[in-house]
Amino acid sequence: MTTKLFGEPVRRREDPRLLTGQGRYLDDLGGDALAAAFVRSPHAHARIRDIDVSAAIDVDGLVAIYTWEDLPALLAQPLPLLIPHPALTHGRTAHPLARDVVRHVGEPVVMVVARDRYLAEDACALIRVDYEILKPVVGVEEAAQSAQLVHDDVPGNVGAHLVQEVPSAAGLGAREAIDAAPHTLAFRLDIERSASMPLEGRGVYARWDADDRSLRVYTSTQTSTSVRMAIAAKLGLPLPKVEVIAPDVGGGFGVKIVHPWPEEVLVPWAAILLGREIKWAEDRREHFVSSAHERAQVQSVRVGFDDDGRVLGLEVNILHDHGAYTPYGIIVPIITSTQLLGPYKIGAYRVEFSSIYTNTVQVTPYRGAGRPQAVFCMERTMDHIAAHLGADRTAVREVNFIRPDEFPYDQGLIFQDGRPLIYDSGDYPESLRMLKELIGWDSFPEAKARAAAEGRRIGIGIGCYVEGTGVGPYEGGHVQITSDGRVHVSTGLTSQGQGHETVFAQIAAAELGVPLERVSVVTGDTRRFGYAVGTFASRAAVMSGNAIALACRKVKEKALRIAADALEAAPGDLEIVDGEVRVLGAPGASIPLATVAVLSNPLRYAFDEEAARATQFAGTPAFDRPPVEEGQEPGLEGRDYYSPLRSTFASGMHAAIVETDPLTAEIRILRYAVVHDCGNLINPMIVEGQIHGGVAQGVGGALYERMVYDEHGQLLNASFMDFLMPYATEIPLVETAHLQTPSPLNPLGIKGAGEAGVIPVSAVIASAIEDAEGIGIDRMPISPSELFDLRRAATGRSTSET
Amino acid sequence: MNIAITLTVNGVVRQVEVPGRRLLSDCLRHDLGLTGTHVGCEHGVCGCCTVLLDGEPVRSCLTFAVTVDGHDITTVEGLAAPGGAMSPVQRAFAECHGLQCGFCTPGFLCTVTALLRDNPAPSEEEVLEGISGNLCRCTGYQNIVKSVHRAAEIMAEES
Repeated sequence: MTTKLFGEPVRRREDPRLLTGQGRYLDDLGGDALAAAFVRSPHAHARIRDIDVSAAIDVDGLVAIYTWEDLPALLAQPLPLLIPHPALTHGRTAHPLARDVVRHVGEPVVMVVARDRYLAEDACALIRVDYEILKPVVGVEEAAQSAQLVHDDVPGNVGAHLVQEVPSAAGLGAREAIDAAPHTLAFRLDIERSASMPLEGRGVYARWDADDRSLRVYTSTQTSTSVRMAIAAKLGLPLPKVEVIAPDVGGGFGVKIVHPWPEEVLVPWAAILLGREIKWAEDRREHFVSSAHERAQVQSVRVGFDDDGRVLGLEVNILHDHGAYTPYGIIVPIITSTQLLGPYKIGAYRVEFSSIYTNTVQVTPYRGAGRPQAVFCMERTMDHIAAHLGADRTAVREVNFIRPDEFPYDQGLIFQDGRPLIYDSGDYPESLRMLKELIGWDSFPEAKARAAAEGRRIGIGIGCYVEGTGVGPYEGGHVQITSDGRVHVSTGLTSQGQGHETVFAQIAAAELGVPLERVSVVTGDTRRFGYAVGTFASRAAVMSGNAIALACRKVKEKALRIAADALEAAPGDLEIVDGEVRVLGAPGASIPLATVAVLSNPLRYAFDEEAARATQFAGTPAFDRPPVEEGQEPGLEGRDYYSPLRSTFASGMHAAIVETDPLTAEIRILRYAVVHDCGNLINPMIVEGQIHGGVAQGVGGALYERMVYDEHGQLLNASFMDFLMPYATEIPLVETAHLQTPSPLNPLGIKGAGEAGVIPVSAVIASAIEDAEGIGIDRMPISPSELFDLRRAATGRSTSET
Repeated sequence: MNIAITLTVNGVVRQVEVPGRRLLSDCLRHDLGLTGTHVGCEHGVCGCCTVLLDGEPVRSCLTFAVTVDGHDITTVEGLAAPGGAMSPVQRAFAECHGLQCGFCTPGFLCTVTALLRDNPAPSEEEVLEGISGNLCRCTGYQNIVKSVHRAAEIMAEES
């Protein structure tokens, strides 16, 4: 690093446009486009007998109505199963428009195109779909036992079944190890559904250029490159004729990594067919019933441990509700079952999951992606052990930690990227020490006693996690310095508010030795960079950050070589400072990068005075070498890729102090503390912001948010009136401390930070409420009325026992 | 069916013909091209669509355009000074990292602009109360609260 930009809390470069109304989100584009709207199933499970559009035909401004029967062969097929896995023996995906059977409320059945959205919805309201209602399957345990099937050809509603087992060092299986342990416990845990719920829904806007026979699609996505490939494949277009751009995206949190959504192929298809620009912007109810949810699991745990709380064997059985379809495979339960181990050495481990179909919205990753459930399971287990032994909860964790000198640590499992689960670095004992100090763990009992003396109930809770971040396979970066001295950086993955334009510019400016203001960054635009995977799994900074750094190093090497020629110095004697290549120790001997860029591109034609320096009669050419030497390319630019051996593992520990009202059972978070280790920090201000936002989503998931389905498969709270996302009044001040154990796996030593904040929150709050109340908390989220009921049940039990 | 209305938007008189059911949010965004006002829920809960109607924050997604004929509206595009210099509230949000994806931000900016006009030095409680009608899914609000206090400071320094 040649400047101090890396690691500085640089202000965001995105902000000026976003603060002045100049951002461009999906629905801000295409002012003249036709609008699409969808007729969606009102039933959770039904057979379509007939679709009657006759009443809609006369709607003023109607352009077209499409059903499944109108789709061409490729589009009429089910949508792709994005991540196949051998254990996913019965993967099923939806058709872009329902064919014969609908399997959840909200499944698209008819697409309408009209002059504007109001008119398109008028037409939708007049289309009559005749359904034969079938019995819905709702609830994961009900589905696992039901004779009723979500898909006729999926017996038992089981989409996937996977067992992973790691024996103890002595070769014992988990069941044997548990049976042989001095202490054993068994219990059950429940986590309900929540959802990413970005404030901007999904949306697609397609423009077909009939003269050029090319398609441009804007979509609010977390992966524009992969949407592009899917569109080209589904519409039978040559890939170079398709461009996909993610404009400003109003939050993603996982839901926008799924692709292609039905609308992402239908809108471009209709745009080509009609020769008109078409746009669809999802409304809030559509987002609730036709995008994706996450979290819901039922977990059965058996654990065996010794007198110190050291876990000798752990067996977890998970029932995972994946909804009606599995486009994203079984990534969520795989992450749950592998990340469950957290910062601990577990003697022997056996995890088994069944991923089950229900007639509900599909389940795909939401920030944390299976980890909040995993951490809830492991941390509740640690608390159960501590309670059983009468030990301090942190002491039980401490005794199970992987020690700092044990890295790299192989957990013996296969992670979500298909590669070994080997932790690269971390310092868990130090993290715990910092957390205890930050929250005042050791002095809490006095505070609790003081509160009790005042008639108040307070409790403290803790949760630890390890998060595999920066999964492969790869990302790339392209860096070009133009003859005006500007630096143009591009990478293929997309941005949804993480501040990539800022941190990637920081990396490029630091690597190249140029002022930050000269660097501009483009993400998620396939016109600029075609090869990418996407933004998920806290991978953007790790993957594209390192790829951009590597690309900058290539460009820098080239710049120094060209400058060395011009300055008649050795490249090793040069440095780049403030956009100028200087000879070390020779003040005045320098050349601006802008000039190096000019010289890098031998010209015949001058377009300005600066360019004249690179023309064929300028300077003193070497007649024994061609103008562009063998192995070289014109221009001062470079492209490189970063493809990691495996994921890098960030970690963290949270603690909270909660107060529960003795009368109303209202739950209030008094303090929330976070110790976070994501390796080297590129921009601490942005990392803090990611943690704050993650914790807030975690608090939502712990205390407020749930998807309430009734037995008919109707989502009862599909609006912001009823699905309770927290406002400022519900979120505590988050106190943070950073530990930095660099990753040895990548050049910048960084780990991902995007999801961290959300991961342990439910575990932490459950732990704290349990401490305040003395009542076991095994189900999240928890509302005041549920806590009230738990109290009554506990009192009732103790009454009947006495 | 269309009704001609006249709105003063960000100090500019705009005439537009809209159907009676046209939401003010859609009128601003799609008829007048002012896409800075965002629509997050269309049922008045998230606050993304908040604009100032005669100086007071309103949900433009719960307002029919025809009902504000003759009124004065300020959107996020109108918060900066005529020369383009960002307002103290806008600057404070940039300084305190009070936004991430930026989608809810215009609603917060309009809300906070009115809040600080009426109460130039709000307490912590008053700030929380003042922004408690706006959802943000990215920031966890901590830096938004900080931004409001900072904006109050900037306004005090510059007055």
